[in-house]
Amino acid sequence: MMLKIISPAFAAESEPETHETVGAAGGEAHHEGGFPPFQQENFAPQIVWLIGIFAILYLLMSRVALPRVGGILENRETKIASDLEASREMQSKAQAAARANEESIRLRREEAQAIGRDAQQKIASEAAAQRTRAEAEAAEKIRAAEARISAAKAQALGNVEQIAVDAAASIIEKLSGVSVDRDRLVAEHRSVKSS
Amino acid sequence: MSAEETVSQPNPIEQFELHRIFPLEINGVETSFTNASLFMLLAALGVVALMVLATSRKAIVPGRIQALAEMLYEFVANMVRQTAGKEGMKFFPFVFTLFSFILISNLIGLVPYTYSVTSQIVVTFAFAALVLTLVVAYGVYRNGLGFLKLFVPHGVPLPVLVVLVPIEIISFLSRPISLSVRLFANILAGHITLAVFGGFVVLLLASKGWAFLAPVPLLAIVALYALELLVACLQAFVFSVLTCVYLNDAIHPGH
Repeated sequence: MMLKIISPAFAAESEPETHETVGAAGGEAHHEGGFPPFQQENFAPQIVWLIGIFAILYLLMSRVALPRVGGILENRETKIASDLEASREMQSKAQAAARANEESIRLRREEAQAIGRDAQQKIASEAAAQRTRAEAEAAEKIRAAEARISAAKAQALGNVEQIAVDAAASIIEKLSGVSVDRDRLVAEHRSVKSS
Repeated sequence: MSAEETVSQPNPIEQFELHRIFPLEINGVETSFTNASLFMLLAALGVVALMVLATSRKAIVPGRIQALAEMLYEFVANMVRQTAGKEGMKFFPFVFTLFSFILISNLIGLVPYTYSVTSQIVVTFAFAALVLTLVVAYGVYRNGLGFLKLFVPHGVPLPVLVVLVPIEIISFLSRPISLSVRLFANILAGHITLAVFGGFVVLLLASKGWAFLAPVPLLAIVALYALELLVACLQAFVFSVLTCVYLNDAIHPGH
């Protein structure tokens, strides 16, 4: 392989029209002929470097960069998918738990209602029993009292009859001076009263 | 040309000149390291920095630059998938390298005092020739003589084919030219326009009495610069989309 630094002599023999091909010191030299993109002596160095750089870039992209970015994207996709899956699972679990919770609340409420109902019934029956007992007691007392009252009344009435007989006997004695048989008076009075 | 003229007259062509930084020759072929080589290297390094260094952490939650690299990856991947189909994905690394290299070259070229690699017809033509060589080589490798169906559109009556086949052949042969000239001319014209308007600013400032008009071309440069940014991205995109379309022809020549 031949490798040489371009000398001014080479520049002169290659293209006398343009004074471009110069050493590093003359890098700023100005083009005088032609439009730079169409100057053929500019083609070779550009193509050579382009091929080299593009080939290396292609290798880097196809071997390193693109598989890596593709891997990153795929990783993220699977991560997102698995996370979504996990969250869906959690959600269904949470929903099941919520359902179970609701169910147990319903059961407890029913239980509480049953307890309440029982307590109410018990209290009501107890109250009814007490009331009947109280009523019975009261009726008993009323009956006793009535009996006492009627006894007192009979006694009082007996006394009244005695008083009336005594009074009638004394009235008759005073008026007529005749002593009256009390028993007869009583009998008379009873016959008058009963007729 | 006198020294005075080159100093006083702005030269919009100067930016495309090739300067040999390390003159070199191998086997009679000039391989000097030029400013073009330097900026090719910079563009390649830019792509490497974006795609290799920025993704080295392989973060599940990407940073800014890694997100940019991923965006570029997905953008090109979608482009290849949509225009060349699933089978075209085997050319994804090639299209990606092409797109990213041209894009970064175009963008670097927009920085003042830099050099636009893609403003050289030889560079864009080399790319176009590479693409079309790949298309023909893969088309023949995959389809054999069936690749010639590319020139015979399906379901067209015979009398029309007599006219159509030569047109298809000519259009195929003109592809490398249209592909390379499109990119080259866009970048070249944009840079010349910017330089010309920049020259107007300098000339107006130098002329006594009209210096107050100097901001007008300056504002034009600002607007043109925005346009050139668009063109830089768009032409890189167009080049790679057409590459995909041509590759699709190689994969499915029967239209």
